[in-house]
Amino acid sequence: MTTESMSIFSPALSSRFDALVLKYPIKRSALIPMLLYAQDEIGYLSDAVIDEIAERLSITPLDVRNVASYYSMLRFKPVGKYNVQVCTNISCMLRGAYDLFEHLQDNLGIGHKGVTADGLFSLEEVECIGVCCWAPAIQVNYDFHDELTNDKVDEILATYKAKAAGESTNA
Amino acid sequence: MPRLVSHPDEVKIISKRFGMGATNIDRYIELGGYESTRKALEQGPEWIINEMKASGLRGRGGAGFPTGLKWSFVPKQSAKPKYVLVNGDESEPGTCKDHLIFLHDPHAVIEGTIIAGLAIGSKMGFIYLRGEYRYLIQIMEKAVADAYAKGFLGKNIFGSETEFEVVVQTGAGAYEVGEESALMESLEGKRGVPRIKPPFPAVVGLYGGPTVINNAETIAAVPHILAMGGAAYAAVGSERNGGTRLFGISGHVERPGIYELPMGYNLKKMIYEVAGGIRGGRKLKAVVPGGSSTPVLLPEEIETLGMDFDQVGKAGSMLGSGAVVVIDDQTCIVEFALRTISFYAHESCGWCIPCREGTDWLNKSLTRFHAGFGTMKDIDNIQYLAENMMGRTFCPLGDAAAMPTIGFVKKFRKEFEAHLDGKPCPFAKHLEVALV
Repeated sequence: MTTESMSIFSPALSSRFDALVLKYPIKRSALIPMLLYAQDEIGYLSDAVIDEIAERLSITPLDVRNVASYYSMLRFKPVGKYNVQVCTNISCMLRGAYDLFEHLQDNLGIGHKGVTADGLFSLEEVECIGVCCWAPAIQVNYDFHDELTNDKVDEILATYKAKAAGESTNA
Repeated sequence: MPRLVSHPDEVKIISKRFGMGATNIDRYIELGGYESTRKALEQGPEWIINEMKASGLRGRGGAGFPTGLKWSFVPKQSAKPKYVLVNGDESEPGTCKDHLIFLHDPHAVIEGTIIAGLAIGSKMGFIYLRGEYRYLIQIMEKAVADAYAKGFLGKNIFGSETEFEVVVQTGAGAYEVGEESALMESLEGKRGVPRIKPPFPAVVGLYGGPTVINNAETIAAVPHILAMGGAAYAAVGSERNGGTRLFGISGHVERPGIYELPMGYNLKKMIYEVAGGIRGGRKLKAVVPGGSSTPVLLPEEIETLGMDFDQVGKAGSMLGSGAVVVIDDQTCIVEFALRTISFYAHESCGWCIPCREGTDWLNKSLTRFHAGFGTMKDIDNIQYLAENMMGRTFCPLGDAAAMPTIGFVKKFRKEFEAHLDGKPCPFAKHLEVALV
């Protein structure tokens, strides 16, 4: 068991992981949730994240990497503070998702998998996110925004910009 | 926030608590919640399974297997613990019905899980949601914690001698994990690749124990079935197709949304009356009736078509996940086919060669086609490739990619031919560079 003082995670996440591994008949079942929650806190799956999770589950770092590389939400590189994911799958495509994706590329000045220079936004074209009846839709980090138009999406980006600006003046 | 819709033809069974604040456990109990679980606990497994068989409920994930029968396959005696696994990985393009269930009625999912556990003699259930549904996972986790606090879950549920634990699990982005054996792999902390069958999960499943795996909509229907009685539920639907379904209508309709309609409801009526017809007064070109993996139907094929597993099957397609994707006459079918196959190429887990290579080649061929560089031979090649993927893989993802592709080429061959020999797509605004 990794002690709190040695952990690279916050005390809250560290104790959450301690509890999580006990919920299942086998410890390893906690692997995928742990990777995702660690990524939420650290930003991506760094070598240190992988090593600590491997140790907590008594498996090798290579084994962890092998599993992590399978899942599309898990990443090995940092993204922007707000990761904008645009669904272009069939239901969204029929309701203008490609136009929306193009508009977002113009607005942010970046392409697929790009990150803005200030690190605030990243952009990604993704597969179906399960909001098909309210298309077109995007997901910014974990927040869904549906029934979008170009104007609506501009407003949404402005809200995130304002939120980030507010956070930096408060800090 | 997903908008709720409604139509007079709807028969609200699963969706009857949508928008009524049922995420709150006290409100849920006020609305009659957890009565079915109490009843199931009193009546015992045989009664539950008989009611489920009488209900005619068939798997809402897409395969349409009778739920009561599936539960009855689990051996009564087992050296290893038995498990209930709820599939909320919902990833088939067009499908977003479980989204609303988790959002509005999480306790119905918990009830269904406990009842399935009682039916097969299991002490533990897992509710697996796709990772993108983080806010819904939080709703489910809160609901599970509330159910524990009330004593509805835990060592002595409802003050009985029966134990039942529930764990909510997050995925992390993988369509393939929606396949039952891949789902078990993922829950065991592994890559989501399928297992060979047999043995079937009812005999050797999660952690090697007998396991029942049901779609979230199937599970959410269970408490309602026990409340109204299996026979009454069956009577709502059509022959051999009990009850209702959450049909998700998306694409070019005036009023897209999730509508709960009786099984066997006419598809044409669903599009033109329930969903308000084709957007902007345009004409209907094609319908994908049950999620992106189901073969496309032409307007003349939906006139008298009832939306149940058997009738849609007879029409040469599948009811699948009940996700109706409506396509108008301004849409390029080649682009639509390309977007469909590029999804499956992205999601193929790579375990079986016919699927891994087949989806990749179909994606390349259709990309080239859509860019106007296809040749007559390509049309036959696409069909040949797709036909040779069918039935040659561990799981149905290969079929899911091949079937719609064959359908598009067969029914819209003329439109494919219109893209030959350097001719630009007559509909496209998005010409893509040919990759091969």
